[in-house]
Amino acid sequence: MTDQKNFAVFEADIQKAQARQRVVRIAVQVFLYLFLIIMALIVIFPFYFMLISSVKDLAEYRLPVQTLWPNKIILHNYIEAFHTANLGTLFSNTLYVGIVSTILSLIITVITAFVFARLEFKGKNAMFAALLATMMIPGELFTITNYQTISNFLGLRTLGRELGSKDLIALGDWKNTFTVLIVPFLVSVFYIYLLRQNFLQIPNELYLAAKVDGTSDIKYLWKVMIPLALPTLISITILKMMGAWNSYMWPRLVANDEAHRLITNGLRTAFTSVEGDVNIPVQMAAVAIVSAPLFLVFVFLRKYIMKGVSRSGIKG
Amino acid sequence: MVGSKKPWKAWLYLSPAIVLLLIFTVWPIINTVRMAFLEGYNALAVAGGKKFEFGFANFVNVIEYRDFVTCLKNTVLLCVLTVPISTFLALVISVCLNAIKPFRRMLQTIFFLPYVTNSIAIGMVFAAMFNMVGRNIGGKNELILTAGIINNVIEFFGGQAINWINKGSSEVANMTVMVIYIVWNALPFKILVLLGGLQSVNKQYYDAAKVDGTSRLRTFTRITVPLLSPMITYVVITGFIGGFKEYSSIVGIFGEKMGPTSNPYRLDTMVGFIYRDLANQQGRASAAALILFGIIFVVTMLNLYISKKNTHY
Repeated sequence: MTDQKNFAVFEADIQKAQARQRVVRIAVQVFLYLFLIIMALIVIFPFYFMLISSVKDLAEYRLPVQTLWPNKIILHNYIEAFHTANLGTLFSNTLYVGIVSTILSLIITVITAFVFARLEFKGKNAMFAALLATMMIPGELFTITNYQTISNFLGLRTLGRELGSKDLIALGDWKNTFTVLIVPFLVSVFYIYLLRQNFLQIPNELYLAAKVDGTSDIKYLWKVMIPLALPTLISITILKMMGAWNSYMWPRLVANDEAHRLITNGLRTAFTSVEGDVNIPVQMAAVAIVSAPLFLVFVFLRKYIMKGVSRSGIKG
Repeated sequence: MVGSKKPWKAWLYLSPAIVLLLIFTVWPIINTVRMAFLEGYNALAVAGGKKFEFGFANFVNVIEYRDFVTCLKNTVLLCVLTVPISTFLALVISVCLNAIKPFRRMLQTIFFLPYVTNSIAIGMVFAAMFNMVGRNIGGKNELILTAGIINNVIEFFGGQAINWINKGSSEVANMTVMVIYIVWNALPFKILVLLGGLQSVNKQYYDAAKVDGTSRLRTFTRITVPLLSPMITYVVITGFIGGFKEYSSIVGIFGEKMGPTSNPYRLDTMVGFIYRDLANQQGRASAAALILFGIIFVVTMLNLYISKKNTHY
């Protein structure tokens, strides 16, 4: 009798405990979603603010309490922004630098990574270690000397001046050219490292077989290794293009003239004043135009960016 | 030993990379050290035939220079504030993301969004959010048309509008804006790495904890954090390295003068200092760059040492 009774009480306890657990679990889930949604709203709010502000007219933007949805949507700010910042030229300059430097950089990266992954020669490991060691050094340390180097490449400008040769001076002075924006950054140790790791995963037997068949290194590289490492190459391409898009300090330092200015520098130069009574809707329109290509890349190629990024820790 | 019969081939393939590295990486390392130890080195004077003495004057000069102390203080302050805040927030968000199923991918995408942005461009958006629009702000006959969206929110909750970035704003307000922006900017990368780490953690540990009736908080501090410690170390180290090189986010918000109009260069950083000296004070700039490298190196080693001591498995 008592046993049965005890058992019933026991069962009821279990049910109660289970019900309690379920309530706790639901409460925790609700709390998690609430927290995540609030954080997500905070994270995307700046983008939302940029978009709504870019379509407001100045009078509406100046209302004491800002509207969260524009009363009247006007697109004129975009036209004004495009002309004020001369965005057309900036776009084509940046695209040119981005495309040329990406292509050249890919070629060098592939060849170098191939050598370090497949060929044997004396001093290979020491050299690769030395390469990796340079990754620790902050880029600003290089900039000081590189600035001197490009102002007087291999002393050619000084020589040209002594000899009175304008051609030599032009060869030595890289300032305000596209060359100066492309050449110093063609070799990226990080990309070489990334691709080499990828190449190493391809079995060596394939290479030996190709050698036996008399396939040349270049042909093997082109027919076997590049197709297999394509995802990494796409990641590198995207990161490199984004790098050109976002680079600010070097372009500002060495190519700050109208004809060679890149987009980030151009944006900052066109809207120097950020505080007080400035036409913020036009600024926001310009920022939206500059950000648009990045968003497109994000939407369509997110997978590749995440893949490259999680291993680098390098922005842009 | 493939290809060992023709070692010249390997060197031929390597030559473009080697030449470029010698010019733009190896030479700068040597030259920076050289310039740093030549007292008062200045490239213009070199062209005029001037010789410089070997010595530590540049380093002494940098450290005694008042602006450098400001730069160092700002840089360290930004690092010390933003790295723990962003790491902690990223950790909490990652753990929460890992605990839900529906909408996880969507939320994950939203949290990754700030990564693919231009820090100058979005800095201008943050500046606009904190900016007061009007005449003579921070001065006599101040006329505020709109105090900005952030101040609107503060006023909505009954607070007082704050002068965040305009003329006459306080340093604390400026720093707060910078910390918010840098944390916002730093979150996506950290979430990406930490969430990746969480997803590879063995579920058995959590099952065991459940059987033992371990509380959620205890599970978090005793299982999640220790198992994630390599990833946490990684994001902290990269966070510190990025933090010590902080520059463009400040330019994004305050422009090239690195501060409100009333206090230019108030928020200048180490990198900002190097860039300002770069064209005409190469000796001092080099010394500052070496100091920056030294700090980054020491902090990284310290982090590695601490994490090695605290990794339990």
